[in-house]
Amino acid sequence: MASLVGSRVERKEDKRFLTGKGRYTADINLANQTYAIFVRSPHARASIKKINIDKALKSSGVVSILTGKEIADDKIGGLIAGWAIRSEDGTEMKCPGNPPLAKDNVNFVGDPIAVVIAESLAEAKEAAEKVEVDYKVLKAVTSTADAMNGDTIHEGIDKNLCFDWLLGDRQKVKEAFDKADKVISIDIINNRLIPNAMEPRACVADYNAASEEITLYTTSQNPHLSRLIMSAFGNVAPEHKLRVVAPDVGGGFGSKINVYNEDIVCSWAAKKINRAIKWVAERSESFLTDIHGRDHVTHAELAVTKDGKFLGFKNETIANLGAYARVFGTVTPTYLFGPCATGVYEIPAAYTNVKAVYTNTAPVDAYRGAGRPEATYTIERLVEKASMELGIDKTELRIKNFPTAFPFKQTLVHTVDSGDYVAGMEKAKQMADYKGFEARRKESEAKGKLRGIGVTSYFEACGIAPSAAVMSLGCGVGLWESAEVRFNPTGQVTVYTGSHSHGQSHQTTFAQIAADELGVPIENIDIVHGDTDKGTFGMGTYGSRSLAVGGIAIVNACKKIVEKGKRVTAKMLEANPEDVEFKDGEFIVSKSNKKKTIGEVAFACYLPGVRDEMKSPLPEGDEPGLKETSFYDPSNFSFPAGTHIAEVEIDPETGHVKLEKYTACDDFGRIINPMVVEGQVHGGLAQGIGQALYENAEYDETGQLMTGSYMDYTMPRADNFPEFNIGYTCTHATTNPLGVKGCGEAGAIAAPPTVMNAVIDALGGQEVTMPATAEKVWKACKNLKKSNAKAA
Amino acid sequence: MKDFNYHSAKDSKEASKLASSSSAFLAGGMTTIPSMKLGLATYKDLIDIKNIKKLSGIKVSGKSVTIGAATKHVEVSNSKDVKKAIPSLSSLAEGIGDPQVRNRGTIGGSIANNDPSADYPSACIALNATIHTNERKIEATKFFKGMFETALKKGELIEAIEFQIPEKSSYQKHPNPASRYAIVGVYVAKHKGDVNVAVTGAKSCVYNDKEMSKALSGNFSSSSIDGMDLDSSEMNSDMHASAEFRASLVVTQAKKAVDAC
Ligand SMILES: Cc1cc2nc3c(=O)[nH]c(=O)nc-3n(C[C@H](O)[C@H](O)[C@H](O)COP(=O)(O)OP(=O)(O)OC[C@H]3O[C@@H](n4cnc5c(N)ncnc54)[C@H](O)[C@@H]3O)c2cc1C
Repeated sequence: MASLVGSRVERKEDKRFLTGKGRYTADINLANQTYAIFVRSPHARASIKKINIDKALKSSGVVSILTGKEIADDKIGGLIAGWAIRSEDGTEMKCPGNPPLAKDNVNFVGDPIAVVIAESLAEAKEAAEKVEVDYKVLKAVTSTADAMNGDTIHEGIDKNLCFDWLLGDRQKVKEAFDKADKVISIDIINNRLIPNAMEPRACVADYNAASEEITLYTTSQNPHLSRLIMSAFGNVAPEHKLRVVAPDVGGGFGSKINVYNEDIVCSWAAKKINRAIKWVAERSESFLTDIHGRDHVTHAELAVTKDGKFLGFKNETIANLGAYARVFGTVTPTYLFGPCATGVYEIPAAYTNVKAVYTNTAPVDAYRGAGRPEATYTIERLVEKASMELGIDKTELRIKNFPTAFPFKQTLVHTVDSGDYVAGMEKAKQMADYKGFEARRKESEAKGKLRGIGVTSYFEACGIAPSAAVMSLGCGVGLWESAEVRFNPTGQVTVYTGSHSHGQSHQTTFAQIAADELGVPIENIDIVHGDTDKGTFGMGTYGSRSLAVGGIAIVNACKKIVEKGKRVTAKMLEANPEDVEFKDGEFIVSKSNKKKTIGEVAFACYLPGVRDEMKSPLPEGDEPGLKETSFYDPSNFSFPAGTHIAEVEIDPETGHVKLEKYTACDDFGRIINPMVVEGQVHGGLAQGIGQALYENAEYDETGQLMTGSYMDYTMPRADNFPEFNIGYTCTHATTNPLGVKGCGEAGAIAAPPTVMNAVIDALGGQEVTMPATAEKVWKACKNLKKSNAKAA
Repeated sequence: MKDFNYHSAKDSKEASKLASSSSAFLAGGMTTIPSMKLGLATYKDLIDIKNIKKLSGIKVSGKSVTIGAATKHVEVSNSKDVKKAIPSLSSLAEGIGDPQVRNRGTIGGSIANNDPSADYPSACIALNATIHTNERKIEATKFFKGMFETALKKGELIEAIEFQIPEKSSYQKHPNPASRYAIVGVYVAKHKGDVNVAVTGAKSCVYNDKEMSKALSGNFSSSSIDGMDLDSSEMNSDMHASAEFRASLVVTQAKKAVDAC
């Protein structure tokens, strides 16, 4: 049987999605359901003096109106930060309370205050407009850079500082800098982004008074984790009385990791009113209240010798957490950022210092890449600047500082098991026709255009992550993953995975893996996920962990099935279990060549007997049935890496940047389905290029979101991109049996510095901040013209 | 969205009669419906005019192209007749919004709305258009009054827009990267006697740039406006473009338009 792993198997989920048969949360309607609308703060910072719901209660169709007071009275807990981070001075991070409905203070525009539940959506909306809230408006803090000088947002949190964290050794770095021939320094801003999943968040909560069970259908990347948080911290219901279902989910990008206010409020309220409640975000609510991403202000320095060896690295960053610290809010700018900030280079001394600040803006949390795009942007912008200042070719300078042997002990935390960065660079250069660039630059110049080329070599730490490691660093949970492989008596297989697919194609790729492991046709394998009632537990999907952690759990569970199958076959064919081999779905006794198919074995496990004989196919110690479970805890992160090269052409008269060519050469380890990987790379690149050239979440000084719709927030479109030139090198991960690394975030990690390096190259080294909009680039072009004229 | 009454009018007369101070005509709905959804506008009555036969269709004579008010952007961009008579008009229509918008939005709706960054108003000014309503004919220069303001009276319905066929013309737009409306759009049209340089997006309302028109009427070459330093004091300034940038774009786009003619 030909192996399915490695081939372009068509997506099993496409038929359903392309024929409109997907079932998303908003598609779910329950009998006798009500509709919820949230009353939200129009102010970025205010204290609530009074809420008057009298008029609203009289509005037609209103079932109930609940506020922060009721939720506090019922002792429903708030939203939490999932990672505890310690400051350099040893003190614990400072987190404010974050009640699901604000009672005394609101801290960003969109912070929910009350929920209005009515018989219809229109009636809920109408009534919500009649809720009167008396605010005392306070001065908002919105700027990342100045947050520490602003008014104190949360009582007792001085300078709005959550923590002041250090990774690395300042003294060693100082010594390295003292020895340097040259110090390259850079000030950069990693612009704030809004994830913009195609499907807005939604939830439908139901209460069954007979079983005293709450069921929550919600747009989540990790239903079990949501249940755990809502139960343990939210006090909504004990875990066994709370079922969380995340059906088809239309994109997450990290924005659907968090348990949100609406999940808790609707679950709690459904029980209170003893009716189902449905809430679906409008797009403007998504803009305001989904977690945002990035938002760093960084000063970084690189100490180098004159022939281009890197000696030391400093990174001083202020990271905006927004109004509250949420699930991955505090780890994203620390352990997901600092370790990767030294990039793919051997740098003997390095440190990263991060001051995480609160502001009156939407909470900032993990968004595709989470910390690693910010890290890669820091080091790769710095290295590109070093190449300009040292006059060393940008690819040569990088190669000079690549590690030469693996495992590579990276400066700050990670031991990278495998890779070949030189091979990746050489292949990328060839794919991009790096050599031919100067000729293309001249052609552009002849047309009055400016052309630039930019390079990024990156690695990232994903496949998160060994539980003991992350819990030692402050994570509140272990990051293993589970799988259950269940045979039916008639031979089909159901695989429950704790990972969650919201665009990652698990239904296909996980089935490919199970088909190869079990020798069962892929049509006979169903991948099931997203329902806490269907599997034991799952940690969910983020940090490119589905395959490298969740996929391995499936492999391990399949291997247990095969082991049992060998024992059963041996018993049935009267052989030694050691003499039974398994191949392509058949158990073969090597000595006699007698065989049983895996279907026959499954059948025998469920129907363990024969007519007229008292005989069981099950060996002593084995129970009937064929189902195995694995809880897989990885031994290390996985480390995809690669080199990307971009070329841009700029029209100096309009400042328009045209991305002419984009080459991505990645090492994702073994590839399960090249078509799916291409899709992931394309999507990641679109978001990464979006960050570099188009996207920006902007608040004004009063904390109003200026980019609250697609009229002002530039989502990139297909015509913004060239045909992507995608290739791979492949070194297998040595830390998992599939040799896989993860591909979900690479594009978003590598693209921003790649594109910006190209833009800045075209602009003769002038800095521009992301996104490189027409006006910024136009201004830089004018400066360039002036300075060229002076030079001439 | 608040509840409203939906009417479908058979002819202009009925449409006009149904109109009140709390009604809107429903053409493509591409402006009206989003405004209602966002709560920016509420109407008691929406009067659908798409079924009024007279309002649709394209007629070309030797001198002019006349487009019915309810003609969709996609119909203008696909029309062989328009492509032949005034190719720049068909490419303007092709550059409006996205396919969904072009499949519903209409020329009459666009002009009646008079968004300061809409594309069609510049075509009306550059191509010396006449706006035919159910009551009168209005010259384009007298039609666009100010931001979202036109010469239309309550209940007055645009029936068609008649564009004069120029010798040469081109429309060049620098789109807002998010919405794709014009940050600046310049429509240059060379007629027998003179040259119009209609600018949209730059100020609160579309206008004919006199300075550039004059220079180009003298010498129809981009060199005659190259480096022109326009007064930016009345130009729009927002997060997407400052007034200074817009002033520069007006000249750049005008030059591009002349070169493309
Ligand atoms: C996402 C998006 C992108 C867009 N991008 C662009 C762009 O790039 N460039 C651009 O120019 N436009 C753009 N538009 C606007 C689009 O062109 C609309 O079609 C247009 O503004 C309104 O036309 P409509 O037919 O949809 O009018 P409607 O929304 O139906 O009506 C708009 C207004 O016009 C009035 N009206 C309609 N028809 C008549 C008539 N015959 N007589 C009198 N009054 C009438 C109505 O009463 C109403 O007040 C965009 C719109 C959207 C939603």
